[in-house]
Amino acid sequence: MNFPILSVIVFTPVVAGVILLFFPQDRHDWIRWFALAAATLALLLSLVVFIGYDSAEGGYQFQERAEWIPALGISYFVGVDGMSAPMVLLTGIVIFTGVLISWRLDDRPREFFLFLFILATGVFGVFVSLDLFQLFFFYEIALFPMFLLIAIWGWKVTREYAAMKLTLYLFIGSVIALVGGLVMVFSSGLETFDMLQLQTAGFSTTFQRIWFPFVFFGFAVLAGIFPFHNWSPDGHVAAPTAVSMFHAGVLMKLGAFAALRVGIVLLPEGARFWAPLILVLASINVIYGAFIAMVQTDFKYVIGFSSVSHMGLVLLGFATLNRDGLTGAGLQMFSHGVMTALFFAVVGMVYDRTHTREIPRLGGISKVMPLATVAFIVGGLVSMGMPGLSGFVAEFPIFMGLWRTQPIIAIVVVISIVITAAYIMRIIGKVFFGAMPEEFEGQFGDVLVQDKVALVLLSALLVLIGVYPAVMAPMVASGAEAVLRALGVG
Amino acid sequence: MTFTEFAPERLLAILPESLLFLLAVAMLTLDLVWKPSRRRILGWLAASGVTLILLATLAFGQPPADEPLVLGGMVRWDWLAFAFTILILFTAAVTCLISVNVEGVGNRGDYYGLLLISTMGMVLMASSADLIMLFLAIETTSIPLYVLAGFLKADDKSTESGLKYFLFGAVTTAVMLYGFSLIYGFTGETNLYLIADAMKAAGLSLLLVGGIAVLVLVGFSFKIAAVPFHFWAPDVYEGAPTPVTAYVSTASKVAGFAVLVRVMMLAFPSIDAFWAAILAAMAAATMTLGNVLAIAQSNIKRLLAYSSIAHAGYALIGLVALSVFGVASMMFYLLAYVVTNLAAFAVVILFARAAGSDEIKDYAGLSRRSPWLALVLLIAFLSLAGMPPFAGFVAKVFVFKAAVDSGLIWLAFVGVLNSIIGLYYYLIVLKVVYLYRSEDDHLPVQVPRPYAVALAACTLLILVVGIVSAPWLDWSIGAARSLF
Repeated sequence: MNFPILSVIVFTPVVAGVILLFFPQDRHDWIRWFALAAATLALLLSLVVFIGYDSAEGGYQFQERAEWIPALGISYFVGVDGMSAPMVLLTGIVIFTGVLISWRLDDRPREFFLFLFILATGVFGVFVSLDLFQLFFFYEIALFPMFLLIAIWGWKVTREYAAMKLTLYLFIGSVIALVGGLVMVFSSGLETFDMLQLQTAGFSTTFQRIWFPFVFFGFAVLAGIFPFHNWSPDGHVAAPTAVSMFHAGVLMKLGAFAALRVGIVLLPEGARFWAPLILVLASINVIYGAFIAMVQTDFKYVIGFSSVSHMGLVLLGFATLNRDGLTGAGLQMFSHGVMTALFFAVVGMVYDRTHTREIPRLGGISKVMPLATVAFIVGGLVSMGMPGLSGFVAEFPIFMGLWRTQPIIAIVVVISIVITAAYIMRIIGKVFFGAMPEEFEGQFGDVLVQDKVALVLLSALLVLIGVYPAVMAPMVASGAEAVLRALGVG
Repeated sequence: MTFTEFAPERLLAILPESLLFLLAVAMLTLDLVWKPSRRRILGWLAASGVTLILLATLAFGQPPADEPLVLGGMVRWDWLAFAFTILILFTAAVTCLISVNVEGVGNRGDYYGLLLISTMGMVLMASSADLIMLFLAIETTSIPLYVLAGFLKADDKSTESGLKYFLFGAVTTAVMLYGFSLIYGFTGETNLYLIADAMKAAGLSLLLVGGIAVLVLVGFSFKIAAVPFHFWAPDVYEGAPTPVTAYVSTASKVAGFAVLVRVMMLAFPSIDAFWAAILAAMAAATMTLGNVLAIAQSNIKRLLAYSSIAHAGYALIGLVALSVFGVASMMFYLLAYVVTNLAAFAVVILFARAAGSDEIKDYAGLSRRSPWLALVLLIAFLSLAGMPPFAGFVAKVFVFKAAVDSGLIWLAFVGVLNSIIGLYYYLIVLKVVYLYRSEDDHLPVQVPRPYAVALAACTLLILVVGIVSAPWLDWSIGAARSLF
C-alpha cells in the first residue's frame, strides 16, 4: 500500500478546518458545502479502508510508519485491525451526517466546523494509532474542542456547566492514564512507545495488577463507566445536535477502544485480575442507566442515559475476555455509534422545531416528520436488540460470552432489554404518535433534504448489518482474535 | 578542568554579550539624537538588532568541541549556555517588538537600553562559571529590571511594582550572596568547576554544605518565582508595563533556571539527593499554589502571573529528575513555555490598547471582535494547559516522563493533577472570549505590524515545537549533556 490512506483520513478534517478559516465569515453556504465536501472525502476514504481490509489475513493493515521523536522511541505509526477499521468507518459516517445535520446552524459556522473537524482528526488519530505517545496526542486533541463546541453552540441553560464538567472529567481520566502509560514505557525497558513492541514487554504480574486500573479506568471514564459516567448525560444534553452525535456516537467508543487497546491488550494479566470489578461496574451501567433513562422526562436525557446503558454492554463484552464477548463488544461499538447518532439527530430535529424536549409536552410528530419517525423507530428497535437489526447482532454475542463466564450477571443484565423497550416505546408512543398539542399545529414542516439523507444513511446501516452481519462480523472477530492472543488464550 | 590560554577566537564566547552592549549604547545615543517622532522606530531597530545578534550567535557563537572555560575561567562556553542564550535572545527580540506601541514605553530609547542591558546580564548568567561573574551577571540583569518594572512613573501601580520587585530582589540576593561568601570562605574557591572538589578537600560536613545550598537556592528561587519566594510575582506582574511583565515572566525566569541548574549540578553534586528533594517539594508546592490561586484571579495579568509560577513548578520537575533527559526536558519545557507565554502577553497588550482593561470579564466578545486574535489566545492558553498539538503538551509529557524514569511517580501525579486545575482556569478565560458578548462586538482590535510579526512567530513556534518536536528535544539533550 503506497498511498498513505490512513494519514489522509486522519488529516483531511483538520486541514479542511484550517482552510475554512480563510473563508469569508458571512458566506455560510460556501462554508457548509466545503465542510460537506471534506466530510464526504473522509467518509469515502474510510469506506475504502473498511472494504480493503482483509479479514482473513487479520493483523494490522494499511501500516505507515515514520520517525517522530527518535530520542524517545516515539514514532508516527498507524494501522488498522479488525477492531479499529469499523471504528474508522463509524467516525467517517458520523462526521458526514453531522455536517448534514448542522446545515441550519447560523452562529459562526466557520468556527463550528473548524472545532468539529479538529475533533474528528483527534478521533480518527486515536483509532489508527499504534504508538502510545501518538495515541495520547490524538486523544487530547479530541478532548478540548468538545469544550468550545458545547460551551458556545450548546443548550443555553446548562452548556457552561456541562462543558466544563465533561472536559475536566475526561482530562482527569486521560492524564491518569498518561502516567500509567509512561510507567509502562519506562518499566518495559524497551525505550519505545510502539504498542506492538510493548505488547511483548512481559510486564510482571504485580506490575500489571497495580497499573491496569489507572490505564483502564482512566480511559473508561470516556466510555462512561459507572461511577464516572456522570459527565456524559449532561454533556449529551447540553451539546448541539452534531456534537451530541459525535460525542455519544464516536467519542465514548474512543474511551472504550483505548481502554481495550492500552489496558487489556498491553496489561492482560491486570485485565484478568480486575475483570470481575469491571463486570460489576459495567452491569450497574447497563441496569442503572436504563432505569434512569426510564424516569427522565427530557427527551434528550433519555437518550443520554440510554448511551450510558449501552456503553455498559460494550464494557461487559470486554470484561468477558472471551471471543464472543469481545466480538459482540466490537460490533456493539459500531452499532451503538450509528444508532445513537440517529437518535440524537432526530431529537435535534424535533427540538429545533418545537423548542422543547419535555416528553409530556410533545406529540404527533409523525404527522409532520414521517421519515424522522421511521428512522427513530428503526433506532429504537436496534436499541432493544430486535433480531434483524444490528443491535441483535451485537448484543447477542455479548450475552453469550457473559453467560459463559458469569451466568448470574448475564441473567440480571438481560433485564435491561425489557427496560429499554419500555422507555423507547414510551417515547415513540407519546412523542411521535400521541396527539399533537394545539400550539404546534401547523407551526413547522418536515425536515430538510440534508437531514433526510443523513437519516436514511444511518437507518440503512443499522438494517444492513442486522440482515447481513457478514459485512462486519468476520472483521471484528479477527480483531477479537488478536486481543485473545494477547490474553494468551487464542 | 583546565584554563586555556587566551586566544582571540575565544572572544566569540561573549559575542552576544558584546553586541548587546553595543546595541544598548546605540539605543541610548539615538534617543538623545533623534526627535521624538522618529523614535517610534527604535523598537523595530532594537528587535531587528537582537534578531541579528541571535543569527550571529547561531553562526559564530557555537561552542567548540571541548566546551572550554574562557576569560580566566569566568565564562563557560558550552552548549548549555548556547541554548539558553538563544532562548533569551529570542525572548528579548519579541519583547522589543511587543513594546513598540505601548504608551510611555515604546518610543523611549532608555527603555530599550535598559532592556538590552538586562538581556546582556541574562546571557551572562547562562554562561557564568564563577561565583563573582555570576553575581555580577545577576545584578546586571536585576537592576535594569527593577527600573523597568517601575518605568511608568505616573502610574502608582507601576511604581509600587518596581519598589516591591527591588525590595524582594535585594533581600533574596543578599541571602544568596551570603551563601556565596560561605563557599569562598570555606574553600577559597570561586570557580564553579572547582568548588565541589575544594569542598571535598576541605572536608566540609554535609550539613554545612546543605546549609550553603539552601542559602544559594533562596536567591535562585526568587528569580524563578518558586514557592515560597513567589510573593512578589503577582504584584510586580500586574503593575509593571505589560511588555516588561512578559519579559520578566519569560527571559528572567529562563535565566534563573540556567543558573539554578548549572550551580546546583556543579557545586553541590555530593548532596544532590538532598537539594533535589527540597526542589521536588518546592516543585509540588509551586505548581499547586500557583494553579490554585490562579483560579480566583479576575485580572488577566495576575492570572498569568500565577500561571507562570505554576509553570516554574513543572519545569523544576525536569531538574529534580537529576538525569540528562531530565535537564533536557526542563530546557524543552522552558522553550515551550517562553514562546507560549509571549504570545499570550502580546494578546493582552493588544487587548489593553483597544479596551483599556486587563480584567478577564472585559475579554467578552473578543472572538467576534477579532477572530484571529481570539484564536491566538486559544492556542496560547491551550498550550499552557498542555493540550496537543501545541508545544505545552509535549513539554509536559517530557517532564512527566523524566519524573517517572527517575522513580518520582508521585511527582508526576502531582503534575498531572495540577494540569487539570490549570486547564480549568484557562478554559474559563477562553469561555469568556468565545461565549460571552459585549457591547463592543463590532469594534475590531487593532493589530499593528510589530505585533502581527511577534504573534505569527510565536504561534508558529508553538505549533512547530509541539508537532515537530524531535529537533528541539535533540537540541535540549545536547545542551543537557554539557553538565554530565
